[in-house]
Amino acid sequence: MRGTNSSQAVAFAVLIALVIVSPSVLYPVFVMKVLCFALFAAAFNLLIGYVGLLSFGHAAFFGLGAYVTAWTAKTWGLTPEIAILLGGISGAALGTVFGWLAIRRQGLYFAMITLALAQMVYFFCVEAPFTGGEDGIQQVPRGKLFGALSLANDMAIYWVVAVIFLIGFFLLNRTVHSPFGQVMKAIRENEPRATSLGYRTDSYKLIAFILSTFIAGIAGGTKSLVFGIATLTDVHWSMSGEVVLMTLLGGLGTIFGPVMGALVVTAMENYLAPFGAWVTVTQGLIFIACVLAFRRGIVGEIAARLKLAL
Amino acid sequence: MFSIFGVPAPLLFGQLLLGLINGGFYAMLSLGLAVIFGMLNIINFAHGAMFMMGAFVAWMLLNYLGVNYWFALILTPLIVGLFGVVLEKTVISRLYKLDHLYGLLLTFGLALVIEGLFRNEYGSSGMPYQIPTLLSGAVNLGFMFLPVYRGWVIVAALVVCLATWGLIEKTKLGSLLRAATENPALVQAFGVNVPRLVTLTFAGGVALAAFAGVLAAPIYSVNPNMGSNFINTVFAVVVIGGMGSIFGAIVSGFGLGVIEGLTKVFYPQASDTVIFVVMVLVLLTRPAGLFGKAA
Repeated sequence: MRGTNSSQAVAFAVLIALVIVSPSVLYPVFVMKVLCFALFAAAFNLLIGYVGLLSFGHAAFFGLGAYVTAWTAKTWGLTPEIAILLGGISGAALGTVFGWLAIRRQGLYFAMITLALAQMVYFFCVEAPFTGGEDGIQQVPRGKLFGALSLANDMAIYWVVAVIFLIGFFLLNRTVHSPFGQVMKAIRENEPRATSLGYRTDSYKLIAFILSTFIAGIAGGTKSLVFGIATLTDVHWSMSGEVVLMTLLGGLGTIFGPVMGALVVTAMENYLAPFGAWVTVTQGLIFIACVLAFRRGIVGEIAARLKLAL
Repeated sequence: MFSIFGVPAPLLFGQLLLGLINGGFYAMLSLGLAVIFGMLNIINFAHGAMFMMGAFVAWMLLNYLGVNYWFALILTPLIVGLFGVVLEKTVISRLYKLDHLYGLLLTFGLALVIEGLFRNEYGSSGMPYQIPTLLSGAVNLGFMFLPVYRGWVIVAALVVCLATWGLIEKTKLGSLLRAATENPALVQAFGVNVPRLVTLTFAGGVALAAFAGVLAAPIYSVNPNMGSNFINTVFAVVVIGGMGSIFGAIVSGFGLGVIEGLTKVFYPQASDTVIFVVMVLVLLTRPAGLFGKAA
């Protein structure tokens, strides 16, 4: 693939192999959860890792995607691919508005504004009639792909999720390695300089934001079909925190970091689930450890040790 | 019984009162955030956790040691402030050379740890804190009944906010603080111990949050989530007011509390979102915030 180096090509091959093999080794629903979060984290990483924008409200787009997909699949009986696409489009539509507002400020303010806007979406979802309030939208049918292939079986939907994940992941990777991606990185490194070279940095930021929120909506929609449920958890600020954690732990600004982070965080939550609030404590400690001592993240650290770009 | 704009007056004044109380908390919390931000260039995400700790420390003082409300009101900010000193010295001071975003991430982690630990120990249901006898009961103001404690919270919040403003704008220490915010290297060159000033600032901001927590304890139930419920709204308040101005933080805190209260009367469905709507309007018209300098 153009723009990727040989080590990344190898890593891609390994990733695809893992996606194909893992459902026969691990519980497929768990792997699907990891893939959905990996896609979500990769979308988030496009902003923090490559444009330098910390969006602390990405749960809004993920959650809205989940709600829209669940609602259209359940109420209108739309086929899964259309429902998920609508989830992505609604994520992008919200992202267009929020991005347009938030890029007026930079740095910490950007983070606070996205957080506050996402909180507004959360309160909206609590009140709005179509979200089902505290109950959420339950028993969402997985439906039939293209109206023909039933996805009720876990392995059937697994391949759909795998394909969605890989397409989304390649799209994000392609964006990062495109001329557009080069400008994004230039903005991250030195925004005034990028402006002085004649780039409309605000437009670049907005387009990156919309792309990221589109993929986040897709990830949320896919998740809601896999589990048959869309709830307030998906739009809550702790979900925004979780995707930050995944990306930070995996490695900010690395291609494969978000996937690694999603795997580790999801696995950790599974194993620690019986211990209640210890999950939160552990997540907090990982945050602190990552910031103080481990800022490159897992993949970033491996890449630095092996002198590779992953 | 009379009514204003078709709304019964007791309802209107009742919500206005609640709005002023919430506004007092918004003002105290955003004030602390603004002071810390000015000096440390860090958005303290753990501010809500400090608020919650304030309420819990007061509860523990009462239930484990029998220390009453009035002593708790003085002791709690000192205890939590001391905790702030430890945090700043051990963890936060390592961040000053890094990108500001890491400060946000680190304090977010701290908030998760603190809230998680309290949730493990005390559950999420919350515990009551008795209103002190001196402040219980209500007075008839003619147009409404005012619960004494609620009136006290508004007065106390206002006094503390104005005292903080006075401390920063009118005293020697405050002038050093403002100078160090502008140019730490120069102030250091004049022989001022800037790192200590930074530590004190963090402790002061945190103590302010803890004081708010003690005030809040008898109104809300003391529970581990009380801070995070508040803090997201406070961030919106901070964006609206602009970080640059102490006075702006106070005015926008109280003002937004009142707006929220009034929305509860006239259009209750929007009461949770109204502050965020105001934030959007401010961003559209004055991106730097109502009282902020362009940044």
